[in-house]
Amino acid sequence: MLTERARAAGRAWARLAPGARLALGVIAVFVLGAVLAPWLTRYQPWQQLDVVRLKSLPPSWAHPFGTDRFSRDVFTRILYGAQLSLSIATLAVLVSSTVGLLYGAMAGYTGGWIDAVMMRFIDAMLSVPRVLMLIAVLALWSPVPVPALVLLIGLTGWFDVARIVRGQAMALRDREFVVAARALGANPARIVWRHVLPNVLSPVIVAGALAVGNVIVLEAGLSFLGIGVHEPMASWGTMFQDAANQFVSTWWAVIFPGIAIVATVLAFNTLGDALRDLLDARQLPGQPAADLPEPAHG
Amino acid sequence: MGEPLLAIENLRTYFHTSAGVARAVDGLSLAIAPGETVGLVGESGCGKSVTALSILRLVAPPGRIEAGSHIRFEGQDLLALDDRAMRAIRGNRIAMIFQEPMTALNPVFTVGDQVAEVARIHAGASRAEAWKRAVAMLDRVGIPGADERARDYPHQLSGGMRQRVMIAMALVMQPALLIADEPTTALDVTIQAQILELLAELQQQSGMSVLLITHDFGVVAETASRVVVMYGGEAVEEAPVDELFARAHHPYTRGLLAAMPRLGAPRDRLRTIPGAVPAPTAWPTGCRFRDRCASAWEQCEREHPAIANVGADHASRCHLAAAPGRRAPEDAPPRVEVG
Repeated sequence: MLTERARAAGRAWARLAPGARLALGVIAVFVLGAVLAPWLTRYQPWQQLDVVRLKSLPPSWAHPFGTDRFSRDVFTRILYGAQLSLSIATLAVLVSSTVGLLYGAMAGYTGGWIDAVMMRFIDAMLSVPRVLMLIAVLALWSPVPVPALVLLIGLTGWFDVARIVRGQAMALRDREFVVAARALGANPARIVWRHVLPNVLSPVIVAGALAVGNVIVLEAGLSFLGIGVHEPMASWGTMFQDAANQFVSTWWAVIFPGIAIVATVLAFNTLGDALRDLLDARQLPGQPAADLPEPAHG
Repeated sequence: MGEPLLAIENLRTYFHTSAGVARAVDGLSLAIAPGETVGLVGESGCGKSVTALSILRLVAPPGRIEAGSHIRFEGQDLLALDDRAMRAIRGNRIAMIFQEPMTALNPVFTVGDQVAEVARIHAGASRAEAWKRAVAMLDRVGIPGADERARDYPHQLSGGMRQRVMIAMALVMQPALLIADEPTTALDVTIQAQILELLAELQQQSGMSVLLITHDFGVVAETASRVVVMYGGEAVEEAPVDELFARAHHPYTRGLLAAMPRLGAPRDRLRTIPGAVPAPTAWPTGCRFRDRCASAWEQCEREHPAIANVGADHASRCHLAAAPGRRAPEDAPPRVEVG
């Protein structure tokens, strides 16, 4: 079983576009950097090494990405910032995907007036820009604890997912294997769980990968506005905000978090696109892809 | 015939659409005895499949089974059951197999898993036990190396194998009635014969009844003991299979039989029935077949024919039953040898 899994993973890797492999590599580097941060650097992200002698130093062997105006090591802060930025983004996307998946599947499979009401609610929510919604809440709730920030970002991000899932679930409702499941006595909960959710998962995965990129930018933007992650915690957004007005004198304190943001966002978007190509071909439920082997038995 | 297993009386399933009320099934009566195979035959759009879905109460809105319809099964009125009781019957006492084995299986689960699911739903079997039953069932429906194949996904199996999986799913609970909706239409001819043979064999072993829905008289001749011909949402002729092939009465049935290619017959062009099935939103007044019928006369326009006996155990919904002299010469009985 395990070797079969490994082989399947190998096949998927082989079918992945070269750009996507690079993207996965970039993501792996940042994830490793975040996880291994305590071993990769001697400093703490909030640690002011020497406010007089070690402030605003350009990149050197001792401080590969330089130090900022409070004499904190930029490399250290990037690593710990990756911890915060990546986990906020993935957890928020996990929240929004789960909520969107369940909501959309329920609306689409149930249909009728329940679906109509549920979808009008989504229309209403989508008519308010997400950033405005977040700014409104965060402006009143400062400093916001990180778990609450994750929930807020997650709970304002599931509307599109729900729409995608709902459309797919509606199409699935009339698919023969769903009718067959009903004809065999499955109850609605079982049908949604076994026959609808697994078959709408691939667009949600694609949307999720793209959303991680979006949320990294969103979190950076909110932190840049001073209402997201708060100092002295390091997220890439707070680093950017902190150093932005000294760009000319200490460019390294701006450029490196900027590169980190751009690289991860680009990587997640590339990965999302590649996953779309990979999953679309074979996961349109029930339609075997053209490149599948001919049936071997019978 | 003793107490029938399934008795449908005056079934009316209407679809309330913006284009009007489509009377897909309109006053169908039908009975199936225990152990019997009944063929339900007709063109596309005559209401066969809606009948099947109505029996299981799976007609989706805007379709609705109208008041005054009765479906009795094993002494229960199916139309009076609540959802939970109905679910306990589906897949357990009445099971159904579908036309398209390609799309009737969930692509993301193994076939063994899907057969086992039915046992888990109805027998409350544990995962391991359900899997065992699934493998045994897959073996019974003639899938070679069933314990291996059970781990395959639907796309890894051929059409014939997938239809066998569908049959295994339907029969795992040993239902009293199997509804087979065009079970072989999507398959190669050689596979068709295998599947029909399998169904007959399983039926003999288990003593279940089968309602075989098809447009193919060849399939009916091979498997059914009695035939009900549907047209325009109602039964137009009903007879034992030999009787029907030898002495078809209704002009529609005769047209269908004449349209069938036969071995040994002179190679003329196949006959066709002129025209098409009228829209179910606007059945013609009087006889629904009159526009396409060579024998039709003014009574057929005026008066909806009742179903009448035209022989022992043979009934036909045609005014010709009372006026046999009016049959048009083009409407000669086809010569059919039942194989």
